[in-house]
Amino acid sequence: MAGLKDATAIAGIGRTAFAKQLPESERTLACRAIVAALDDAGIAASEVDAFASYTMEETDEVEIAKAIGAGDVTFFSKVGYGGGGSCATLAHLAAAVATGQASVGVAWRSRKRGSGPRPWRNTAVQLPTPGQWTRPFGLLRPADEIGMLARRYMHEYGATRDHFFNVALACRNRANQNPAAMMYDRPLTRDMYMTSRWISEPLCLFDNCLETDGALACVVVSAERARDCRQKPVYLHSVAQGLPAQHHGMVNYWNDDPLTGPAWTAARQLWKTADFGPDDVDVAQIYDAFTPLIPLSLEGYGFCGRGEGAAFTEGGALEIGGRLPLNTAGGGLSEAYVHGFNLITEGVRQLRGTSTAQVPSASTCLVTAGEGVPTSAVLLRS
Amino acid sequence: MSLLSPVVDGDGAPFWEYASRGELRVQTCADCAEPRFPPRPCCPYCQSFDSDWRPVSGRGRIWSYVVPHPPLLPGYAELAPYNTVLVELTDAPRIRLVGNVVTAADAPLDSVDPARLRIGAGVRVVFAPPDEQGLRLPRWLLERP
Repeated sequence: MAGLKDATAIAGIGRTAFAKQLPESERTLACRAIVAALDDAGIAASEVDAFASYTMEETDEVEIAKAIGAGDVTFFSKVGYGGGGSCATLAHLAAAVATGQASVGVAWRSRKRGSGPRPWRNTAVQLPTPGQWTRPFGLLRPADEIGMLARRYMHEYGATRDHFFNVALACRNRANQNPAAMMYDRPLTRDMYMTSRWISEPLCLFDNCLETDGALACVVVSAERARDCRQKPVYLHSVAQGLPAQHHGMVNYWNDDPLTGPAWTAARQLWKTADFGPDDVDVAQIYDAFTPLIPLSLEGYGFCGRGEGAAFTEGGALEIGGRLPLNTAGGGLSEAYVHGFNLITEGVRQLRGTSTAQVPSASTCLVTAGEGVPTSAVLLRS
Repeated sequence: MSLLSPVVDGDGAPFWEYASRGELRVQTCADCAEPRFPPRPCCPYCQSFDSDWRPVSGRGRIWSYVVPHPPLLPGYAELAPYNTVLVELTDAPRIRLVGNVVTAADAPLDSVDPARLRIGAGVRVVFAPPDEQGLRLPRWLLERP
């Protein structure tokens, strides 16, 4: 892995608008994001020879390559486990480019969750495992599954709804600075949070990410090539995936210690090959499908000790100027929920110095993928 | 609308067969005697492919719980808010089963006021009446109702 350190860089990023409802198909949205990312990098579509996305991505590389006019493709890869795959797409492209399997890689995610079907409704086919052990009992949606962990976390460590509100507020405040965010002009107050409707107690409306239509893409090339591209290179410093021993996916309750999730495994690998540690991270983009994932991830990635993640959110720590500015475009909670890919593009903007909530002279950024499922993470540096 | 029935797979079938007879049993390695859940073909501790189904007392404690509210599937939305609990078995503390706390084996999902649930509360198993496929779900009664 040391061979991957800073060997590749993100040279281009692109996205569509984010909205509850976009008229175009997922395929069209994917092509728009990819073409925009290539344009951002100043690289021709005909030079693309590698693709990486999520297994849950429904636009496939054959169709995308054909539509954008890619050249011969020599590497393609898809990563499983939903939002856990976001950063792994970059890891796979970095490995492909660094080992000479390809030279211009594109990673993307296109989704119509705002207007399209919601997966929890699709119960006609229950997965045999673990569905037979959870669905009949009314544990139906990701919010119910994470709510179970959240309640236990509150019980064990004294975390409160105010801690979860700190997370929701930090994301919303940043979205209020970002004209592209779905919650740009919609401030959040503690009163709104505390009186909002329940989704799955102890989680309320504002503990849940947004249902969004939209697409995003990144272009990955060698570090050498990136230095000749249009934009300031953002280097892939360290990458990791994480599937812990005896992990059970969203319903990790069967693990001996369900509160140490995949973040812990990814983090061990990530820091092992990095030249810096958690104290040196200037800004973080941490997967926030649900607010309790933030304290759990803060612990897993080593920003604080076990059980200290909730207290870490106090005193404006996650706001600009705080100890660890978080999800500076608004995250999944307030910018858009596109399976975490918008966290990657915001990490790139921070290190280019072009974020709408810029952390002064940020030069290192942690980006993480979905916690609670087999996951992935990257350390970016400028 | 009715509630979802378990979609049983080969590894899980013995659990449901015992449950249909009103017995709570846990897959246990025939060689190293370690229980495991969910059921799977190979023992993660000793890699043996031989397993038994060990009866357990049916007593446990609430490890955590949620109270889902709509939007939910229609059958569940009608009963919401209801509770879904995770029960840690007294005889096999590493085994935790998702279930519901109810006032009686045949009572609806929303028969217990969620305000009465606590992490650590003692519960004991009962089995729901058979569904259309003859499957009986384990359900839980509070030890101190």
